[in-house]
Amino acid sequence: MEEKNYDVVVLGGGAAGMTAGIYLGRSKVRTVVLDTATIGGQMVLTYEIANYPGVALTTGYQLSSIMKKQAKSFGCDIKANVKVTALDLEGEEKSITIGDKVVYKAPAIILATGGRSRMLNVPGEKEFKGRGISYCATCDGDFFQDKEIIVVGGGNSALEEAVALTKYASKVTILHEFDHFQAFEHAVEEAKANPKIDFIMSSHIIEFSGDESLRKVRYKNLETGDQFEKAIDGVFIFIGYEANTEALRNSGIELNEWNEIVASEKMETNISGVFTAGDCRAKQYRQITTAVSDGTIAALNAIAYINGK
Amino acid sequence: MVLPTNLKHVATEDEYNEILKNHENVMICCGRMGPMCVPVYDIMEELQEEYKHVEFRDMLFDSPHAHVIRNLPQCRGFMGLPFNVYYKNGQVVAATSSIQSQEQITDILDREFGA
Repeated sequence: MEEKNYDVVVLGGGAAGMTAGIYLGRSKVRTVVLDTATIGGQMVLTYEIANYPGVALTTGYQLSSIMKKQAKSFGCDIKANVKVTALDLEGEEKSITIGDKVVYKAPAIILATGGRSRMLNVPGEKEFKGRGISYCATCDGDFFQDKEIIVVGGGNSALEEAVALTKYASKVTILHEFDHFQAFEHAVEEAKANPKIDFIMSSHIIEFSGDESLRKVRYKNLETGDQFEKAIDGVFIFIGYEANTEALRNSGIELNEWNEIVASEKMETNISGVFTAGDCRAKQYRQITTAVSDGTIAALNAIAYINGK
Repeated sequence: MVLPTNLKHVATEDEYNEILKNHENVMICCGRMGPMCVPVYDIMEELQEEYKHVEFRDMLFDSPHAHVIRNLPQCRGFMGLPFNVYYKNGQVVAATSSIQSQEQITDILDREFGA
């Protein structure tokens, strides 16, 4: 097993991890950023970014490419699409093993593993992903021209995307598990005012079925228990995010009831020398701006930690 | 019309036919520069080093020449970008729709083309 030694290992290359890489690299701290997927995290999955201060309008891909370039220019090593096979966060020296070939060691680690779109996890969902089930209205909306679709969810993303999808679909039904929405009032009003949109409340989907494409859904009214079938061409799912912390469940890191990493304002976890940043952390708002803030704080405190040793 | 990625591209129908004729193992990702497509291009770029026996290419979904992929029987029913198609000796051996993880892609590469 090859051993690679750094001052800080950052696990996760989204906005938080890249920012940490930029700050650490610029401070001449030997740093590697490891990501189990593409560099950029959720940022890459964002089509258009219009509210990142100082940048008029960009795409998630462009912004993440610039962050990656910046981090590299300051000497930060970056490895994408790696497979983490072991984590040891306790003790003076932490280690992350990649595959069966390389172990990365450092006195400090920043966990910036991010989050991912939540799935319904019901029968048929995996089978019909890309065959009628989508998680991206911008990407797949035009496949549903003049078709009837369901949008699952009741937050801002669900309602805003439902309105956007009326540009293509003949009819959009918003299906939500509660009897009220979590979205901002203006988003709810806009959806309610749209003649192409109707609503099924207090219900959730229990099964997807079809042939080569999705054809129908079975859903259940959570108040009455009654089940219904609905013929449908497509379903877009926007039911929030969950933290990517599966690999941390037996690592000694404190997680809350939603499996998010618990941390102080200094981004310190319950384990000395282990910091966290971004969407994997327990916090109220998950934005690129808040991830960048977390990444900065985690990096500066990781530097203070290794300098104090 | 080609995608602004670091992969080699398939620009025309003739080029598509040439690639399938000249390479035993081919993976083509047909998409746009959207959030579900970019991660797949990145994964393919990473895998090029390890899977030297596979020819990795992308193709712009909106190019008129992309009908060669859009209209494949194996892509019937696909309603999510990108369309990822795997060819062995010019024949389609697997096709998937929408974003894929590295593990999902390597599973198909290993199964169809050998590790």
